[in-house]
Amino acid sequence: MKFLFDSDTWQEIYGSIRKNKVRTAITIIGVLWGIFLLVVLLGAARGMENGFNKLFGNFATNSVFVWTQSTDTPFKGFQEGRRFTLTMNDIDVLKSEYSDEIKLLAPRNQTNNLIIKDFKSGNFKVSGDYPILDQIQKKQLLYGRFLNQNDIASIAKVTVISEDMYKQLFDKDEFPIGQYIKINSISYKVIGVYKPSNTIDFDGDCAYVPFSTFRKVYNTANKVDWMMITAHEGTDIEQMESDVLLTLKGLHKVHPDDERAFGSVNLGKEIGKITGFITGMQFLTWFVGIATLIAGVFAIGNILLITVKERTKEIGIRRALGATPKSIRQQIVLESVFLTTVAGMLGIIFGSVVLFLIDMAFGQGEDAALINPTVNIPIILIAFVTLIVLGTLIGLIPAHMATVVKPIEALREE
Amino acid sequence: MIKIEGLHKSYPIGKDSLHVLKGIDLHIKEGEFVSIMGSSGSGKSTLLNIVGLLDGHDEGNYFLNGQLIKDLNEKKAAILRNKFLGFVFQSFNLISYKTALENVALPLYYKGMARKERLKVALDYLEKVGLKDWANHLPNELSGGQKQRVAIARALVTKPKVVLADEPTGALDSTTTDSVMDLLKDINNEGMTVFVITHEEEVAEQTKRIVRLKDGVIISDEFTNAAKAI
Ligand SMILES: Nc1ncnc2c1ncn2[C@@H]1O[C@H](COP(=O)(O)OP(=O)(O)O)[C@@H](O)[C@H]1O
Ligand SMILES: [Mg+2]
Repeated sequence: MKFLFDSDTWQEIYGSIRKNKVRTAITIIGVLWGIFLLVVLLGAARGMENGFNKLFGNFATNSVFVWTQSTDTPFKGFQEGRRFTLTMNDIDVLKSEYSDEIKLLAPRNQTNNLIIKDFKSGNFKVSGDYPILDQIQKKQLLYGRFLNQNDIASIAKVTVISEDMYKQLFDKDEFPIGQYIKINSISYKVIGVYKPSNTIDFDGDCAYVPFSTFRKVYNTANKVDWMMITAHEGTDIEQMESDVLLTLKGLHKVHPDDERAFGSVNLGKEIGKITGFITGMQFLTWFVGIATLIAGVFAIGNILLITVKERTKEIGIRRALGATPKSIRQQIVLESVFLTTVAGMLGIIFGSVVLFLIDMAFGQGEDAALINPTVNIPIILIAFVTLIVLGTLIGLIPAHMATVVKPIEALREE
Repeated sequence: MIKIEGLHKSYPIGKDSLHVLKGIDLHIKEGEFVSIMGSSGSGKSTLLNIVGLLDGHDEGNYFLNGQLIKDLNEKKAAILRNKFLGFVFQSFNLISYKTALENVALPLYYKGMARKERLKVALDYLEKVGLKDWANHLPNELSGGQKQRVAIARALVTKPKVVLADEPTGALDSTTTDSVMDLLKDINNEGMTVFVITHEEEVAEQTKRIVRLKDGVIISDEFTNAAKAI
């Protein structure tokens, strides 16, 4: 190892690198390109993955939404095309029957109303909800708080409004919390302002009021518009979806094979499709990355081969002057490792710059296609070291050949 | 210094082999100045390469400085070359991207001498061959005669026991030939053994002993007038 710290070793390497400019350039470009591609590919893939993850970020990904439509099959004396609604009874039945599978169950009632604040007004959705909604789809609160159990119990006339509603109904710099707004001519106290999710969102700009208050004010009795269900970890969510629907069909005297009576969306299934896409993309990235690395290894090996070949005569001269085979091999290998290292580092730097530019171009703002396109340093280092080690091992073959032949053979080379 | 007994060497050519050296006996003592003459293809270079440990032999004994050369591994050969032998080639064989000074210093690098010291020593030897002012020139900026003088300085820099020169003047005109021969004579006068190949009578005449090869055998081995004059 001592030779590594010998300035002469480096002097020799500097001399030969300077002399063999074309070869140096080819090595550097080859390795640089490989590492560069790997960095950019992995980074872009990671960025897309992050983007997708963010898309569902504040939604429990194991959610099922259920609502009613109209029957498509006559059953038990009922005509086809019957309309019906979900009820609180359904909620209780599902909760007790599927206590092992269901984690959260949020019944919801919604309507549209004119909302007035002093001289400003607008038409918005009003939603009667339970506090658990916040657990199914996290609400990002700018001011105040979300609904709580107390609001439900006391049937409080309180509401949580969206940022846009706040901007539309309130004066600039007016603090919203504790102020009153009129929904359908009834006063509600504003207790929170939230920022709507810019990803998957069923509510949009919506005034959330306690479920109990909604029921009382709009006289909905036992009626439930639709429900959100989330499953416990490890539950087969598709199975749960079909089981729940079957139970509901039984409760509402709907034919078991009726396709239209209930509408449902299984978010888990939708996400599964995208996850599959991401997995495929990761696989592709790795495939391309590994192929690039293998190509890089052969590039290094090949360049070493050429190096040794075109320098056979020089090697012969050096041997005539007393160079041992070991010193020849050391020089060739060290030279290639040095070039590869420099090229690899340049590749990492250029790759990072490109990722940075990609981030600037596509990764900024709310609807970014990519988020944080970054690479794992250990992965790049492993790739880098593999490249150097394998490339060098391959290159050792010609280096070895150059030292086993008689020096005169090397000298005769023109 | 160099003792050869019954040396044979063949080159394989396809299935056949070409018998080049057919039993050479030669004894060169320390401080001798010997030239080998012979027509092209008579095996002169083959002999010199074997003497220089650049090639191996098939049969016979070769003693370098009293040491029997047999089954030598490359590492040992490299060390012996570095220690005992200096080479001068017809085509100079300088490393093109190194300056004259660096070329001369290279054998000292393999000897393990520190850079500063070896550049100083190399400069002394360049001065000796009259090229001190050309120390930082690359080989392609030098004339043929200058290149050969650099090569001689390189051969001498490790203070070898034997200098081996394969047609050192073969690529030079007559005036530069004379300056190179004068150098070799100086070296020999300092006590070094010098062994040159040439096919020029005028060159051979300046050495002290002429060995004539023909078809792989020595046909004559005589001291020259130059030797008798001393
Ligand atoms: N590596 C080799 N392989 C095959 N034949 C060779 C090789 N080197 C030399 N020869 C042959 O051996 C003979 C002697 O060559 P050489 O010693 O170079 O002669 P000289 O130097 O006297 O001209 C020639 O016929 C040459 O062609
Ligand atoms: Mg010859």
